[in-house]
Amino acid sequence: MENQEQLDQFQAYVDQEMKVEAKDWMPEKYRNTLIRQIAQHAHSEVVGMLPEANWVTRAPSLKRKAILLAKIQDEGGHGLYLYSACETLGVDRDTLIDELHDGTAKYSSIFNYPTLNWADIGAVGWLVDGAAIVNQVSLQRTSYGPYSRAMIRICKEESFHQRQGYVIMMEMAKGTPAQKAMAQDALNRWWWPSLMMFGPSDKDSLHSQQNMAWKIKRHSNDELRQKFVDMTVPQTEYLGLTLPDPDLKWNAERGHYDFGEINWDEFWQVVRGNGKCNKERIAARQKAHDEGAWVREAALAYAAKKRNKKGAA
Amino acid sequence: MSDKKNWPLWEVFIRSKQGLHHKHVGSLHAPDAEMAIENARDVYTRRMEGVSIWVIESAHVHASSPDEKDCMYDPANDKIYRHPTFYDIPDEVGHM
Repeated sequence: MENQEQLDQFQAYVDQEMKVEAKDWMPEKYRNTLIRQIAQHAHSEVVGMLPEANWVTRAPSLKRKAILLAKIQDEGGHGLYLYSACETLGVDRDTLIDELHDGTAKYSSIFNYPTLNWADIGAVGWLVDGAAIVNQVSLQRTSYGPYSRAMIRICKEESFHQRQGYVIMMEMAKGTPAQKAMAQDALNRWWWPSLMMFGPSDKDSLHSQQNMAWKIKRHSNDELRQKFVDMTVPQTEYLGLTLPDPDLKWNAERGHYDFGEINWDEFWQVVRGNGKCNKERIAARQKAHDEGAWVREAALAYAAKKRNKKGAA
Repeated sequence: MSDKKNWPLWEVFIRSKQGLHHKHVGSLHAPDAEMAIENARDVYTRRMEGVSIWVIESAHVHASSPDEKDCMYDPANDKIYRHPTFYDIPDEVGHM
């Protein structure tokens, strides 16, 4: 059982900006919060491959197809870095995967929105990866060592994801009127869900305070969301597109953009499983996992056979 | 722990270029060493991060205990005469 002295010592250690490593003593709640958060992050990377996979065979050129494949492969890799970081906390991979499939674990709700046309691939790269990067840059300084290292690696690789998305938007925005209209339509549909990616407002965020004290999180949801809005407005202006928010305007006093109220009902609906694609996403994951089962078993059997042969020789 | 047959866990070490040490970069699951190396290539060297890969089953790694940090490393703490800056050499002598 943990006592107050241990908790105080742990807090003092974290306050010195020291990193916690896998075998170090840590409060049970710290461990469980990290398992939940890192797993959720890993699942998001993996489920995030699905909306983009929808466009691999219909990419407008071979170059775009190769780029999209490379991006999707990165997302798979990022999921693996994060699952590995999560496993250092004493949970095993199969348990994590099972929890994704049975709905115990969550993943980012953004991936429950459909990618309807090619402009969506641009908007996803620019806005969804852009928002993810803002969050991940902040998490590079998280107090748990393996998580921090995974974030540093991911941030290094992820910046191309946002840039390739923005380039798609640039090309469409300066294309034919129909292409520009497609880009605007994609922006209209992805803007608000992207803002929701930062999670509930600070005043409604359940775990925020303790997580900030333990330095699991380094910036609050609202701080990160504001940072993303401030970055994105000039990028949108350059494209000649309009963000779908009549309340968006520069506030000289605050030095930030003010923006309209997020539709939190929609946010909670999607979190609870009622988004457009929740069922489809989990069904696709479950199918891939089930259909891959024989490969995993065969590979184990082959490894055992090789070991036995070596032993006999 | 789950009762399913998991692929064992491997630790991955990568030499980023000739002349440098292999460095721990993370871990992954694989049924055997050969596939562990192939998976490590896909997971950890997609952008030419390495010229050589080592993998070792995590179960075979022996580590010092974090609880013994103090008694393991403290004795080195009070032997500052092991560092060159402990010795004052006059400027006239030149670089040493």
